Amino acid sequence: MMNKVLFAIMLVAGLVAPFLAYPVFVMDLLCFALFACAFNLLLGYAGLLSFGHAAFFGGAAYIAGHALKVWGFPPLLGILAGTGFAFLIGTVFGFLAIRRQGIYFAMVTLALAQIIYFLCLQLPFTGGENGLQGIPRGELLGFIDLGNEITMYYLVFAIFLVGFGIIYRAIHSPFGEVLQAIRENESRALSLGYDVDRFKLLAFVLSATMAGLAGSTKALVFQFASLTSAHWQTSGEVVLMTLVGGMGTVFGPVLGAITVATLTHELGSFGSWVQVILGTIFVVVVLVFRRGIIGEIHHFVEQRKAARASADND
Amino acid sequence: MQVILAQALLGLNVGVFYAMLSLGLAVIFGLLNIINFAHGAMYMLGAFIALIGYSYLEQWFGISLQIGFWGSLIVAPLVVGLLGIIIERTMLKRLADLDHIYGLLLTFGITLILQGLFANYFNVSGTPYPGQPEVLGGVLNLGFMFFPTYRMFAIVFSLVVCFATWYVIEHTRLGSRLRAGVENPQLTQAFGLNVPLMVTLTFGFGAALAGLAGVLAAPIYSVSPLMGADLIIVVFAVVVIGGMGSIMGAILSGLALGLVEGLTKVFYPPAANTVIFFLMVLVLLFRPAGLFGKEK
Repeated sequence: MMNKVLFAIMLVAGLVAPFLAYPVFVMDLLCFALFACAFNLLLGYAGLLSFGHAAFFGGAAYIAGHALKVWGFPPLLGILAGTGFAFLIGTVFGFLAIRRQGIYFAMVTLALAQIIYFLCLQLPFTGGENGLQGIPRGELLGFIDLGNEITMYYLVFAIFLVGFGIIYRAIHSPFGEVLQAIRENESRALSLGYDVDRFKLLAFVLSATMAGLAGSTKALVFQFASLTSAHWQTSGEVVLMTLVGGMGTVFGPVLGAITVATLTHELGSFGSWVQVILGTIFVVVVLVFRRGIIGEIHHFVEQRKAARASADND
Repeated sequence: MQVILAQALLGLNVGVFYAMLSLGLAVIFGLLNIINFAHGAMYMLGAFIALIGYSYLEQWFGISLQIGFWGSLIVAPLVVGLLGIIIERTMLKRLADLDHIYGLLLTFGITLILQGLFANYFNVSGTPYPGQPEVLGGVLNLGFMFFPTYRMFAIVFSLVVCFATWYVIEHTRLGSRLRAGVENPQLTQAFGLNVPLMVTLTFGFGAALAGLAGVLAAPIYSVSPLMGADLIIVVFAVVVIGGMGSIMGAILSGLALGLVEGLTKVFYPPAANTVIFFLMVLVLLFRPAGLFGKEK
């Protein structure tokens, strides 16, 4: 019930947003929201903390950008190329990372992502520290000009909804249930006959691919693939978004991404203080607000339900 | 041959920093089951304490005092260790019963805070540390080559610290108590040892090691707010390769990987900053638990 209401709100807000706010900014939010949802699939449902998701987000942006700019791919195919790249490295990284558990998993993903970061910095086609610039937006299906911000916006919103839908389906399927069983108790899931490693790998690859979709879309929107997107700090930011909104909730990451990205945007003029503020939010959330915004609301509703049920019984 | 030896020594120089940091991570991990992401930030903090103590005390705080290099070797680890103790007592303690990832996330937040604070006042491209003592200036004639005296000092000094730590943990009464705390905290506490105090002091000690490494690094690399963040990720890979089950394993893998990195600079420079990550991939493929690993 709550999810339906939230979805309706999100849909309406998404449709009217470009008329109320600067479209490019809202597109940025949507890309981060999809990125956070993809990340949440892994952390919130499979219980795996990846500290290397910037590799998929940022790496895909470079490949999409290169395909659009140099190979002259049409927009959708360019995004597909970036997403496909994220799928490939997601498969490799996932295969390697699930060989270690818990805290090691986080360190392995972080270190692997650093390889992609250095590739983005050093390969000849990436533009080094300046990033890959001048990516053309092109024309959708050959005749819809994406230079128009409003047109571009609705394409991004559609991509977001597709990605969100895929993640939603994955979570609310038998596959998602098994993931949660693994998160709660890995040995139990294993003893019930589930091939735990395969489920973890699938979740990892799906999450990486969707992160790649978000990153490729961002490259098309900004016509720019930046080194920042592939930096470990971006991996940290997506963790923060998910935590603030509520990990393991469907809409938490969307809300978290909007909150954190807006905050970063608004505080842009404070320079390095932004980092200090984000760090402080991190510390506060981890110490006293681990359920996140949506998680706290869920908790509150559940508690009231329980209270009412026990009152009825008396 | 000259070039190879020179790069090997320079690599060893990097290796001692890896060793000191991964040693600190391993010591902390043993007792707290936490990966301290802020370890890199504490290393940076150590370097900045040396820099500020030498150049900015009067200008900023109006204290007409200059803390030289030797003084920093004592002051910086104390300050950083104290900060570690405060962080453990006020924050990490509350997370002890939760999933270990929360410890990692908390220390990540602390990293952002420290890094952001220093980035406000110092150039990210680095400030040189002017306080290198004159005794350690110049070059040393090793017979087969010349090597900067200071770097040689940093290598020897770090090795002494690393092996002293190993000795204390593996061969003294204090160390045996620590190891008992790692093995079974409840039982150790039941024998009347103050485990929470041990945990706090251990975290403080690990942090102090990072601070000390920072001071040693200050005259070699320029002091920058980002110096720790870049390093700590490599050290994570070192720790994954070595496994955190053994103190000696952490030291040796740090040294060895520094050496490998140095040699890569000779044979294929572009791969120098990623070679350790690729080695990590190989280790994950063929020996997933790490070279000295016993997984927890």
